[in-house]
Amino acid sequence: MDKLVAKSACAGLLPLTIGGAQVTDITPSHITSLAPYNGQEAALSQALKKAHGLTLPSANEATENGAMRAVWGGSHVYLVGGAPDAALATHAALTDQTDAWSMVKLQGQMVQSVLARLVPVDVRLAHFPVGRAVRTKLAHLSVSLVRVSDDAFVIMAFRSMAKTLVHDLKEAMTSLQGRGSL
Amino acid sequence: MRIPCPVCGDRDHREFYYVGDAVALDRPDPEAGIDAWDSYVHLRDNPAGVTRDLWYHDGGCGSWLVVTRNTVTHDVLGAELARKLKGASA
Repeated sequence: MDKLVAKSACAGLLPLTIGGAQVTDITPSHITSLAPYNGQEAALSQALKKAHGLTLPSANEATENGAMRAVWGGSHVYLVGGAPDAALATHAALTDQTDAWSMVKLQGQMVQSVLARLVPVDVRLAHFPVGRAVRTKLAHLSVSLVRVSDDAFVIMAFRSMAKTLVHDLKEAMTSLQGRGSL
Repeated sequence: MRIPCPVCGDRDHREFYYVGDAVALDRPDPEAGIDAWDSYVHLRDNPAGVTRDLWYHDGGCGSWLVVTRNTVTHDVLGAELARKLKGASA
């Protein structure tokens, strides 16, 4: 079989730089959801620690160790980036979701102002520190929002919504830039 | 209006989907009789005061909540996980 070319959902739409913010495409090698079996959360956390050197994040948080990252993804669901160890399957249902999400990085000095126009959570650093990971809405989209540094967030939306995600970000960035130039 | 999700914390009502009276958690026994089922399916109170509703946190953690609120003052008095009230584990 010919070698197939993986195409990002945001291909042709990104990168985008408007005003003091920039959106870039992230193409992760793996996204796997971990859904722990009943009462297996602690055991799963131990298995994760043993295999990958990071613990299961508590609600609204993300943990990482090198290239491996675990993001709280809602009630009893965790999203793991990086190839998961097979031993995790003893304690949780693993599902490959690599192709199910589009993932972008929003970065720059205006990042909080852009998000303030789009998400109904307080994104100021004092309330949303680095390592915080919430599920919320970005405009009408259900997203996962993780702060990765003082001026950068990683946003994950369902892959089929990639164009809408970029559109909403672009609208907010453009109007913010317009207001700044008044 | 903000709803105190026990998992996510205080969140804007835009993240939630209103489902209806929390009576839905008290399904009668299949043999409970026509009156009990008529009441369960069709009859709802319309209180001026404290009421309990089911809300779904679809824009957040995905939990079903029982929210207690006051229809007169619009106070949101609290929210509990429906799965805890029902004794289910997940």
